Amino acid sequence: MRLPCPICGARDVREFYYQGAAEMLRRPAEDAGEAAWDNYLHLRDNPAGDLEELWSHDAGCGAWLVVTRHTGSHDVKGAVLALEVKR
Amino acid sequence: MRFSGLRVLKEGLTGNKGWGPHWRSPEPKAEYDIVLIGGGGHGLATAHYLASVHGLTNVAVLEKGYLGGGNVGRNTTIVRANYMLPGNSEFYSHSLKLWEGLEEDLNYNVMHSQRGIVNLVHSDGQRDAFVRRGNMMVGQGDDAEMLDAAGVRKMLPMIDFDQTRFPIFGGLYHRRGGTARHDAVAWGYARSASTRGVDLIQQCEVTSIDVVGGVVKGVQTTRGPIRAKKVGMVAAGRSSQVAAMAGLRLPIESHVLQAFVTEGLKPCLDHVVTYGMGHFYISQSDKGGLVFGGDLDMYASYAARGNLPLVEHVAEAAMTLMPQIGKAKMLRSWGGIMDMSPDGSFIMDKTDIDGLFVNTGWCYGGFKATPASGHTFAHLLATGNPHPTTVQHRLDRFRTGRGIMDEESTGSQHNLH
Repeated sequence: MRLPCPICGARDVREFYYQGAAEMLRRPAEDAGEAAWDNYLHLRDNPAGDLEELWSHDAGCGAWLVVTRHTGSHDVKGAVLALEVKR
Repeated sequence: MRFSGLRVLKEGLTGNKGWGPHWRSPEPKAEYDIVLIGGGGHGLATAHYLASVHGLTNVAVLEKGYLGGGNVGRNTTIVRANYMLPGNSEFYSHSLKLWEGLEEDLNYNVMHSQRGIVNLVHSDGQRDAFVRRGNMMVGQGDDAEMLDAAGVRKMLPMIDFDQTRFPIFGGLYHRRGGTARHDAVAWGYARSASTRGVDLIQQCEVTSIDVVGGVVKGVQTTRGPIRAKKVGMVAAGRSSQVAAMAGLRLPIESHVLQAFVTEGLKPCLDHVVTYGMGHFYISQSDKGGLVFGGDLDMYASYAARGNLPLVEHVAEAAMTLMPQIGKAKMLRSWGGIMDMSPDGSFIMDKTDIDGLFVNTGWCYGGFKATPASGHTFAHLLATGNPHPTTVQHRLDRFRTGRGIMDEESTGSQHNLH
């Protein structure tokens, strides 16, 4: 599996650290309540299909990426900098 | 049909013409008391214990593929009770005791072999941790012995003791641990459940779960609607998709875990050996193949296959521990879809929907749990209350923080187990 880092180009998956679903970027407000925080920290759609996920290019540029990848076929559909998604 | 030595002898002498199918293939009825979604090891075990312990036989197991085609057919067959934390400790202890009586209970040869498990020690700190774990195992009523380097050397002469990277100082020996024939476990439970009257319905995919006013009413399937008073979701790696049909989001991520087997070799490894420094474990099957595996691929996946970086990592660990393994050819590899929970421990509970129950989050420990998972889930379905060994395995424990069982002490977060 190779991931297309927007900065470095396509690189081997060994260079990356996996964080999980990119819904981690949508952090609730501090006072959003227990249910919202549980939803954010623990509950997942966990789809068998396309998933937006966070990868860090640890052994490359160090950037956090939002990669769209199919969890059934491992096909990588694209990657953008998490910085741009979060902005 | 009962299996016995005499029967095997008789069939052997008369051309094996007397064996029939081990379970019925009925058409689904319009209604059942209990419907189980998932005909894998845990679903079939649940059906067996519902019938044998609770006398409930108006039960159907719905399987979208074939029986035992999921993780019970895609694991490394290890059976052990070396957990440490309250909650897990008594549950796996309960499971091992059920394993020990399983073949008589099912009248089926599941080839349960208590060949013992050795967890290798490579440092003083690890020895201290294993002494602690061993004491906890003895405390829960199971067995554990500490071995020194000479003790391990006597048992496992084929491993490389003097490796420069992780020299072997000793091991934690769990005599009652071992292996079982994974398919036979599924088949044995299926046969017993079917014989007692449970309907096992294959090629029957659940397409939606009917919920009216917060109460479960049944399921829609590719073979028509089926009404049910209670529905148990036992879908392992596919739990999230099943729960989503009832509008639930689970604290589960599905990951792929690979395993490998070599060509058949003469007997060379009598025990199960774990090599924690390489996140590697190995045993020899009764056919002679060395069966081994390592860590998760570490990304969400429903593909029942992994990628090459982990193959390389596992092969390196194998070569470090047993250099001669490099002479053997790797015959096959496979991947199972692990339902990973945030704390690495399973979930068995009611849901907010009346009559809908969930059994998931087995991480990489589902196979050894099969008997107790079935036994305790049957208890929950039949009585509405958790079995004493699963009271801590609540669905909401991550929200409340009560009863989290973080066996690896890494934190209760998805990417840490």
